Amino acid sequence: MVEDLDLTKVEQIIGEVGEEEGGLIPVLQKAQDVFGYLPREVLQSIADRLGVSLTKVYGVVTFYSQFYLERRGKHVLKLCDGTACHVKGAPNLMSAVQEEFGTGPGETTEDGELTVELVYCLGCCALAPVAVLDDQVMGGVRQSVLLDRVKGCIGNGKEVPVA
Amino acid sequence: MPKLKSVEDLTRVRQSAQERLEMRSRTGTRVIIGMATCGIAAGAGETKNAILEELQKQKIDATVTSVGCIGICSKEPLVDIEQAGCPRITYCNVHPDMVPRLIKEHLIEGNVVQEWVMGRVFSQGIGERLEYEEPVAHQAVPFYSELPFYRKQKRITLRNCGIIDPENIEEYIARDGYAALAKVLTDMVSEDVIDEVKRSGLRGRGGAGFLTGLKWGFTSRAPGDVKYLVCNADEGDPGAFMDRATIEGDPHSLLEGMTICGYAVGAKVGYIYCRAEYPLAIRRLRVAIAAAEEHGLLGDNILGSDFSFHLRIKEGAGAFVCGEETALLASIEGRRGEPRPRPPFPAERGLWDKPTNLNNVKSYANVPQIILNGADWFAGIGTERSTGTAIFALTGKVNNTGLVEVPMGITLREIIYDIGGGIPDGKQFKAVQTGGPLGGCLPADQLDVPVDFDSLVELGAVMGSGGMIVVDEDTCMVELAKFFLTFATAESCGKCVPCRMGGKRMLEALTRITEGEGKPEDLKIISEIATGMENGALCALGQLTPGPVVAALRYFEDEFLAHVVDHRCPSLQCAALVSYYILPDQCEGCGICLRACPAGAILGGKRMIHVVDQSKCIKCGNCFDVCPSRFDAVLKVSGESVQVPEKPIPVGEWSV
Repeated sequence: MVEDLDLTKVEQIIGEVGEEEGGLIPVLQKAQDVFGYLPREVLQSIADRLGVSLTKVYGVVTFYSQFYLERRGKHVLKLCDGTACHVKGAPNLMSAVQEEFGTGPGETTEDGELTVELVYCLGCCALAPVAVLDDQVMGGVRQSVLLDRVKGCIGNGKEVPVA
Repeated sequence: MPKLKSVEDLTRVRQSAQERLEMRSRTGTRVIIGMATCGIAAGAGETKNAILEELQKQKIDATVTSVGCIGICSKEPLVDIEQAGCPRITYCNVHPDMVPRLIKEHLIEGNVVQEWVMGRVFSQGIGERLEYEEPVAHQAVPFYSELPFYRKQKRITLRNCGIIDPENIEEYIARDGYAALAKVLTDMVSEDVIDEVKRSGLRGRGGAGFLTGLKWGFTSRAPGDVKYLVCNADEGDPGAFMDRATIEGDPHSLLEGMTICGYAVGAKVGYIYCRAEYPLAIRRLRVAIAAAEEHGLLGDNILGSDFSFHLRIKEGAGAFVCGEETALLASIEGRRGEPRPRPPFPAERGLWDKPTNLNNVKSYANVPQIILNGADWFAGIGTERSTGTAIFALTGKVNNTGLVEVPMGITLREIIYDIGGGIPDGKQFKAVQTGGPLGGCLPADQLDVPVDFDSLVELGAVMGSGGMIVVDEDTCMVELAKFFLTFATAESCGKCVPCRMGGKRMLEALTRITEGEGKPEDLKIISEIATGMENGALCALGQLTPGPVVAALRYFEDEFLAHVVDHRCPSLQCAALVSYYILPDQCEGCGICLRACPAGAILGGKRMIHVVDQSKCIKCGNCFDVCPSRFDAVLKVSGESVQVPEKPIPVGEWSV
């Protein structure tokens, strides 16, 4: 897919974060906020501007799980499979989601509506199992409720309020 | 707010803040909602909105404020109501539909809603008792310090969490906040501070338990003008969330502790490395840093002295290994977070090759209390070699889940049964995993060991980050060990061979075992690889990865043997080793399971005894879940076969 990327924004980001030592990761984080993911053109532009090789930038991007080289879905469902969630049935939730939407961990639906991610521990273990749908944290998640909320959310493109 | 230029300025601000807060609790009405991440996940946001709406509707003049987490997560959302001069009354599990009744009965009619109430607590903190006059209805409510969950707790690090508004620096100052910093700046030189921390016996709360004061001394003595401070808030262990709770509930205690450390070791700049999965913690840190700078408690010339100290936040980008100190430093420098061999230790060569002191959130947060109350006070709590308190995130199969802070030396039994309230649903306790995916499990006969740094290591578990996950009889220890190993191997950075390959090979062996393909030799392979990793891996991640498997093998060898010798999973959890049968004398041929089976593996018809075709069964367990309890006809077994008809036969015609 060819898309227009406004690479002047890279300049702006570097201006904001500043060129302090160790600034590469904050620049990448900001760039991902702006572009939604980190396409090659953006990485090249960051590398040029910071005077480091594309290899180094790529090495950093692929090391950390929060950086994405591909565009993600409009909605993001994070399912926690940390220890407490695991013990309280997170694997069943994941298989239910996979069955319903056809997306496994790290995958995006073909229509680009939903990305499903497996994460390790959101720090709400006492409320396990926990899921995060578009930055909204849900505790004590039940399968039917989860599927309904995801369906509602990808159905009308809007966030469904918490019951 | 003009900058505070002296200790006297700070004292004045404290006095006026105390007066204001005193006035606030003596007059008017306040509704206080626990809004840490856990509270929000439980729906505190919606509860707060409902309260605001209802107060407006009833035309009640009350202030609504947010606090951090008071620890008893299983009772979230928590709502406190404080009325003029009285202690706060805490209601638990308050959902929006309960709000109208709560406000009507408590605020309008002056009664306590008995079935929702949890306890009473003073705004001055748990364990405080003040002179007060309060309605008779309130007096029947137990104080927090009388509740089983809190009775055995001692809150030092978490003393402010859930009590103060974390975004209001004045509430922190009013509770002796920044008094330790003032004391250090006026009365103590660097060596005094280090000596005091050393004498307190404080050991690193990140898990390894190295003496904090000793570490500070190394950095302080290291040659060089430029030194750094780093706080490790990359709390990556699944099952641990005390660093998040500390930052979300009381961020200034961390800031003050770091500033004191900066003074002691001679650093002017500090970094807080916080994992990006904690957005609220990061936001509270930003608010706290800005407020401290505005008040002249952080930044240039703190409290008018010639000491300057600046704090910056670095957001992690999702890599568990960055909890290892050298990997964390590499990440701050903007590189891949790969560890390097030590020595040199960070105290000698750390961030950008400068001497760097690195501690965990809780280690720093303890420091102001140690300085204020003295090393002897701290050393008097806990055991001789593990002083102070330990914080555990108590989760899993236990009734009261949440954060508990207890004196070191308390037994696991006290934590799990007295504080945690035991195992739910009448199940049997099986094991408790301490130290997260790099820790180890302990069985029931070890429940009476005192919890401290050294005794846990002896038993093959570790204090680690403080995760404490309780599992019951339904959990298969082999599967659990495999789960931890899956996590640890996925997070291996790949730099050293023992960790990269060892973890993978060990995981393959465990996978074979859980899938019924295991052989007794696999257990030997696992032990061999474990020794190799423990001795050969570059950093703690690789060295501790085998921990959970080794501990599980040590205490639950029978379960491993059942898997590899009998190909049986005693907990009925390993899908490949489990079979489902429909009991012919209980099946009524209703067809519910037949329709629910995704594999078409159930044969039957109306009023015909259903039969599972074992060759087609994918062991999803749907039939087991959907069979109505009045029939209870689906049986889940492992390693045994059950006599059933070969083909469906009419109901009632079965005989053995």
